[in-house]
This record gives sequence, C-alpha cells and structure tokens, in this order.
Amino acid sequence: MTIEPKPLPEYHLPPLRQVGRPLRRIDALGKAVGATVYAADVSMTDMLHAKVFRSPVPSARIVRLDVSKARALPGVTCVLTGHDVPEAKLATDMPGQTGREQRTGSDAPVLAADIVRFCGEPIALIAAETLEIAERALERIELDLDPLPGVFDPHAALAPNAPRVYGEDNVVARWTIRKGDLAFGMSRADLVVERTYRVPFVEHAYLEPEAGTAWVDDQGVVNIRVATQVVEHFRTVARALGLPENRVRVRGTMVGGGFGSKEDVTVEIFLALLARATHRPVKLVYTREESFLATAKRHPFTITHRTGVTADGRITAARIEMLADAGAYPYLTPYVLLYATGMAAGPYRVDHLHVDSVAAATNQPFTSAFRGFGGPQAAFAYESQMDEIAKALGIDPLTVRRINYLRTGDTTGTGQEIRSAAWLEETATRAIAALGGRTPDGPRQRIGRGFASYFQSYGRITWFHDTSRAWVGVEQDGSVVIRCGVPDIGAGQSNSLCQIAAEVLGVPLDRTTIYTTDSAVTPLAGTSTATRQLYMSGNAVLQAAQVVRQSLLMEAAAAWGVEPGRIDLFDGFAVVSGEPTRRIPLAELARRCAATGRALSHLAQFNAPFTDGIDPETGQGDIWPDFTFGAQAVELAVDPETGEIDLLKSAACHDVGRAINPVAVRGQVVGGSHQGLGYALMEEYAVAHGVARTPTLAEYLIPTSCDYPDTAAIVLESGTGIGPFGAKGIGEPALTPAAPAVANAVADALGVRIHDLPITPEKVLAALDRRRTETGAER
Amino acid sequence: MSERPIRLCVNGRMHELRLAANATLLLVLRELGYTDVKNGCEKGDCGACAVLLDGVLVNSCLVLAQQADGRSVVTARGLGTIDDPHPIQTAFADAGAVQCGYCTPGMVLATKALLDARPDPTDGEIREALSGNLCRCTGYGQIIEAVRLAAERLRAGDGKEAP
Repeated sequence: MTIEPKPLPEYHLPPLRQVGRPLRRIDALGKAVGATVYAADVSMTDMLHAKVFRSPVPSARIVRLDVSKARALPGVTCVLTGHDVPEAKLATDMPGQTGREQRTGSDAPVLAADIVRFCGEPIALIAAETLEIAERALERIELDLDPLPGVFDPHAALAPNAPRVYGEDNVVARWTIRKGDLAFGMSRADLVVERTYRVPFVEHAYLEPEAGTAWVDDQGVVNIRVATQVVEHFRTVARALGLPENRVRVRGTMVGGGFGSKEDVTVEIFLALLARATHRPVKLVYTREESFLATAKRHPFTITHRTGVTADGRITAARIEMLADAGAYPYLTPYVLLYATGMAAGPYRVDHLHVDSVAAATNQPFTSAFRGFGGPQAAFAYESQMDEIAKALGIDPLTVRRINYLRTGDTTGTGQEIRSAAWLEETATRAIAALGGRTPDGPRQRIGRGFASYFQSYGRITWFHDTSRAWVGVEQDGSVVIRCGVPDIGAGQSNSLCQIAAEVLGVPLDRTTIYTTDSAVTPLAGTSTATRQLYMSGNAVLQAAQVVRQSLLMEAAAAWGVEPGRIDLFDGFAVVSGEPTRRIPLAELARRCAATGRALSHLAQFNAPFTDGIDPETGQGDIWPDFTFGAQAVELAVDPETGEIDLLKSAACHDVGRAINPVAVRGQVVGGSHQGLGYALMEEYAVAHGVARTPTLAEYLIPTSCDYPDTAAIVLESGTGIGPFGAKGIGEPALTPAAPAVANAVADALGVRIHDLPITPEKVLAALDRRRTETGAER
Repeated sequence: MSERPIRLCVNGRMHELRLAANATLLLVLRELGYTDVKNGCEKGDCGACAVLLDGVLVNSCLVLAQQADGRSVVTARGLGTIDDPHPIQTAFADAGAVQCGYCTPGMVLATKALLDARPDPTDGEIREALSGNLCRCTGYGQIIEAVRLAAERLRAGDGKEAP
C-alpha cells in the first residue's frame, strides 16, 4: 500500500533574511581547527589536581574511614571527608526555578559519611600537586565497610519489608491522572488490549567527560569554570558551602555533549570545597569510567497499558501504570516521572484515562535527565501499544492512529489544550512515504516496516515560572554584541541567538558576537535543558534586539524626517523603503545615537506562560508551554537464523515550527534519531546488584559510523510555535520516535513483538522460539 | 620511573622532553598545550585523541610518548587555524558536521588520513575510515557529507570552493 503525504493546510511564513538560512554555525570553524576551549583544557598557574574517592559497593555502612596515610603522602595538599563538610548537601533540584517536588531530607550528602547508597558514591576528595600523586593518594585511603542489604529493583523497593534506601519508604515520587470515567469508557470498548513494556538504564555517553577548574578570587568569590548545562548551579554550590549566592561564579565552557547529564551538578561542589580549603586553583577531570559511574542514567521504566477500543479503532479508555527506577538519590526523578505521566497516553484523544506512576529509590545508579526526559520511555510504550491495538483489531497502524490523533483544540491527558499545529498525520505520512518501495524478503532476511508518532513538550514546566534574559547592543562600528547566559551544549544554541539578532538588526551573521554561559557577566538565561533555549532565550534576544532596532529606526527617522515605519535595516544599512539610494551605514547611525544619547543596548527578560500547577488528585491542568509533533518510519531486515537486525532505511518528519538554521535542525533530527536507534537496538547500561557491568565504551556500545544508515530528515514549518518566528523545539523530540518505530518494524518482520529494549539478536531469537511454540510454525 | 630524553616534533615545532616511561602521547601532548587533542576514554575506544604520527592515524592514548621519539605528530591545530583553515576543516564547518565539537579534531584527522590515501573514497570507505571515531551528536550523516565535500574541494585543487 502506498502512503500519500497528507496535504498541508494553507499557511504563510513571512520572508526573512538571516533566520531560516542554512548558514555556517558561528562555533563550527573554531571547533574544527581545535581552537575551542573545553573545560578540561583550562589550566591555571599553581594549580592542584583533584581525585574523588568513591564507594566500591552499592549499599553499606562506613565503619572506618582513615585518610591519614593519604594526607601524609608528600605532594598531597588536602583530603576532605564527609566529617569535614557535614553540612554540605547536594540539593538535587533545579536551581533558580520556583516549585519543588523533592521530599525533605532526600538531598544527597556531598560526601557520604555514614551510609553509602550506590556504587560510586563519593566519600572523600583529594587535592595534590600532580594527578599522579592524587591517584596514589586514593590507594592510601583505608575504608572498612559493613555491607547493608540493598534493594536493586524498583518493584521490590516498594514492598513493605524492603530495605529502606532513605526516608520513610522508597517512594521518590508519585503522579496520578484521573480524567473522565474509566469504568464507563471501558464499558464502551469492544476489545481491551493489555501489554507491558520495559526499557533499561541508558548512559548519555557524550564524548567529553565531566571537568572543571575552581579558584577563589581576590573578592573571596569562588570561581568555577566547568562543562555544564546549568550555570545557575552557582546557587546550588552556594547552598552546599553555606556561602551567599553572590560569592559563587560559574562560568561555563563549550560543552562536549550534555544530553541532560550535565544538567545535574557534577564536579562543581567538589572543586569549590577544595579551592576554599587550599586557597589554590584546583582542577578535576573525570575519567571515562568515572563519568559512567558517577553520573545519572536514563530511567528504566516498566509501563503497562490497558486500552479499551471499539471495533473500528477508537480508543474509549486507557489505564496506564508506570514504575521507574530512581536509583539512590532523587535528582530530577519527580519531574522525569511527571513528563512520562503527562505524555503517557501519547498524542491521542483519550477521554477516560487513569495513569498511576511511581518512582522508587534503589541502590542502583541514580537516574535523572536524559534527552526526552521521560518522553522516550512513554513513547516506546504508547507507540508499541498502538500497533498492538491495530494488530488485535486487524486494522492498519496508520488508520488506528488517524482515528485517534490529537488535533489543535483537543486536550492532552492532563486536560491541557493543544494550541499550536498538531501535524501528526502530516508528519507520519511523510516519514512513511519517504521510505519508498518496500525491499523484498530474502532467504535470510525478513523485512519489516514500522513507524511511530509522538508529541513532546518544549519549554520548562509552567509552574516553575521560567524566565530568560538577554542583552543586545550595537557597537559604534555597527557590529552587534549579544550577552546571554545560555550554555552551548553543541546543538547550536548560541548560533541561533546570533541569527535572530542579525535578522532583527539587519546585519550579516558574521557581524555578530555572542558572550555566553557566565553567571557573573552574562544575563541569566536559565538551563540548556528541556528544549527551552531557542524558545526562551530566542524570545529574549528577539525582544532585546527589537528594542535596539526601534532606537536605530527612531534615529534614522529623525535624520531623514520620515516616519520610522518607512525605514528598514538591511545588510548593515538603514534604508528608506522604496528609496534604495537613501541609506545610512549602521556605524554612522550608531555614532549618531551616541551623540544624541539614545540607548543602543537593551536587556530583555522573557517570561514563559505561568500556571498554578496541576491538581494533585486528578493530574488535571497545564504542565508545559507547548508541544512538538512528528514521526519516524524505518525499514529493517531481520535474519531469522542469527537474530541480527540490519536497519535499511530511516526517515523522520517533524514540525519544528520554524527552522532558524536548517542545517542545525537537520543535525538535531539526524543525531537525535541515531541516539534513538541506539536506544532501540544496542544500548543498555547493564547493572547487576548495583554494580555496572558495562563500565567503559568497550562494553557500553553506542552507534558508530558503520551501524545505521542516515535518517532522512523532513522538516516542516507550521510557524505556529511560541518560540521566535513561530519556532518550536527539536532538541529532545528528535530522539523520541526512533525506538518505537524500530520495535514496530521488528514486530512487522517477525509477526511477534519484543516488549523490552534494547532489541538484541538474543531477544529476536527468543521471540521466534516463543512464536514457534505458540503456533507450531517452522522457523 | 626511568626518564630518558626524547625529541618530539609537533605541528612542525620541536620539543625536547624528559618523560616517565609510562607517559602516553595523549597526556604529554595535552601537557604541552596541544589541548585540541581530546581525552575521551584513554582506552582507544573513542578516537577523540587521534593524531597523525608520521602521517598515520593513531589514538594517542594508546601510544607511549617514548614511541614517538624522533617522529612527527600532527594535531588538528597543525592542519589549520581559524584564519587559515585546512579545506577539511572548512568542509566540516560548512556541512554542519560540527555539533558539540569534542570529536571533531579526531574526525578531521581521520579524514586527512583517509583522503591522503584515497582522494575519492566511496561512502563505504568513508564510514569505515571514521568507524574508530565516536560521535554522539550528529549521527554521522553530516560528517560523511563533510568528508565528501572536502574530497571534492581538494580534488578541485583550490581547496576553497567546490568545483
């Protein structure tokens, strides 16, 4: 059957000059010639080198910790333990945002003094003259542990007699949705489909391990240069050290990949403690193994869907249960669970919906943000479920979705109205059509095709009262400066802001310069997380640039004696519309503004829509500012003898609202897809009783250049987003549909579904065995 | 640890060093200030620390500095600068092959090694040549296009513009 792309509604995007062009990113060449400074590249005179002593076991009482031999080693300057910093707690929450869901008392100690709760938990810090001495000192720390019974499974953690990780029980967070009348909805169903889906721990595996350098300056301010997605962790550091917030400065660097894991505090507090204790600069760089051991993972989830449907494919009701492994400390688990809960039913109208979600503490690696933030786990379940429903009803998967897709004006599971374009069928049909003709089955290859739709929020939870600030100014030669505290984690965050300012001020991109990611001198822009920077800081830059533009127009209008509305800024000149000979270079206009005292810079603050939060009993209310919609389709070949899966074709279609830089958007789509394909087919951070079994990149495999074909990126621009120029967000959404699309294609190829990721050859062979047993069929 | 003097030529500049026998080329280069050589794993799994050693692509974390005695090392900075980039570096920037950039110096050098040997590589040869260099951001698509673009420009001779 050929799928024709659904025609797009009539729409019009205003023509733009800088925005929307595939310009070379401002950061690209510096990185290609090796000129870009990353956190581990920062060095200072008289600098010390730090190491972290960590727990070798996942659950134990510290009986004896003796650091005297380490302290005595020549060249060791400082050893700190939990007893030296008893008040230091790591508030595992979002700094600078209002709203707090974490349970009192659940903050992690910066250094464990009594109990260790996960393998790799920090116990002591060492600063020494050289890295080699610091490493030798690690070996001289003596630690006696009394093993405690641990809990290594979130289901077991909720049992009444389970060992307590901390607090009164192991419940880290719960969310509930009660929409409509579930019993009524189920009573209208002709069929109820119940399935359970599982996803594993996943490691971010960015190429840059965590790193930073800290020192105390002449004002007593603790300065930290660090690879981070969140410069506002200066507040977290201040709280941990008992310092005023204005005595900690976090200055980021270009980040060598974040994907959510550099959203948490990593090395910052350790560095601040050591710099304060030694009065010398201190550098700490994690090894790859430490990066794996010491930082967050994507949450494993078990998700059960019970969906009532009519014979013609309409969903009448759904009951969804979610259980997530929070690991040893909460970090961002309550919010990740909220995202998964709010998106649990997928981009479908479900009038009668119950969702019950719980995250449990265990003695496993802690879990926190990872690109998609609960969305990919939810999507793997809801899109697998949609295909299972289609199969049970004997209807094709696109038809079942088409009947149930959310449309603009519909409400999500939490009763939030969709206000922007919801191009679900438009994106799904284009992704499927892009696969072209179906590859025929061969003697050792069974071909399967699948697709998945999704919706994914962009922007922070609306009751966190999210804000961003940006400063835009024009220098006297007409060049443009932007100051915005945005951390650039590689997705082109800073470049997009430059393109926006260039657009508004009528200059080429190379006439802009941006200063970013410094809590002291760049206006706070919030976190580079939640697919929020283009939306939030893009709007802040837009507002600031528009004010500056207005100044320039007023000045030119005064010079010419014409209405400001007749003046345009174009290619470095102010021009009178329709009279191309009347033009003034921006430099001259800037000097005139200086002479007349007209302000040529502006600091703008953009506020996201604020809401009061959802009803705790029913889960009803707005959670997010808006959503991105899209789909991915894949074709693959399964070898029934070996279970190996060969991905043949992949295509993804997303409505990004407006592509500020199409090359960067494509990079997000293709790169996000690749991470999602790894999630589908190979990635699992294996943990046995709290101990990692995949501690390096030799065991934890991520896709190489040879594993998968490129995903064809089809970018639609509805212009209906609430970002600048109608942009939505694409950073996180790009990953979300890949894994369920693959799972659906594997089910199509085999005639039997694999319900848990990753879909390995072993699972394929087991599924084929299962089918043989069930049907008596030959392989 | 015994230290013996070695001579290391990096990007055309001679360094005379006394080094511990177990010092890796990666750590020595970074210590010398060649921080464009990135440390991603120190186990040869990721390729971020790749350099050209007498023109051959190696993971500098797997080479002892002593083994490089008397030999020539080229890093990404040795190929070009922001004002005078190598055509491969320009192609990476133009093709959208650079996201976080941490893998990029290694990728650029892997590309140099490939194109020195195979000026007109097939897509399969490009993928194979880059298979030791991990990238977590791009999904490799635009990197492969960058290699193709660089090859075209280099074959065209001017190295600046596509023919």
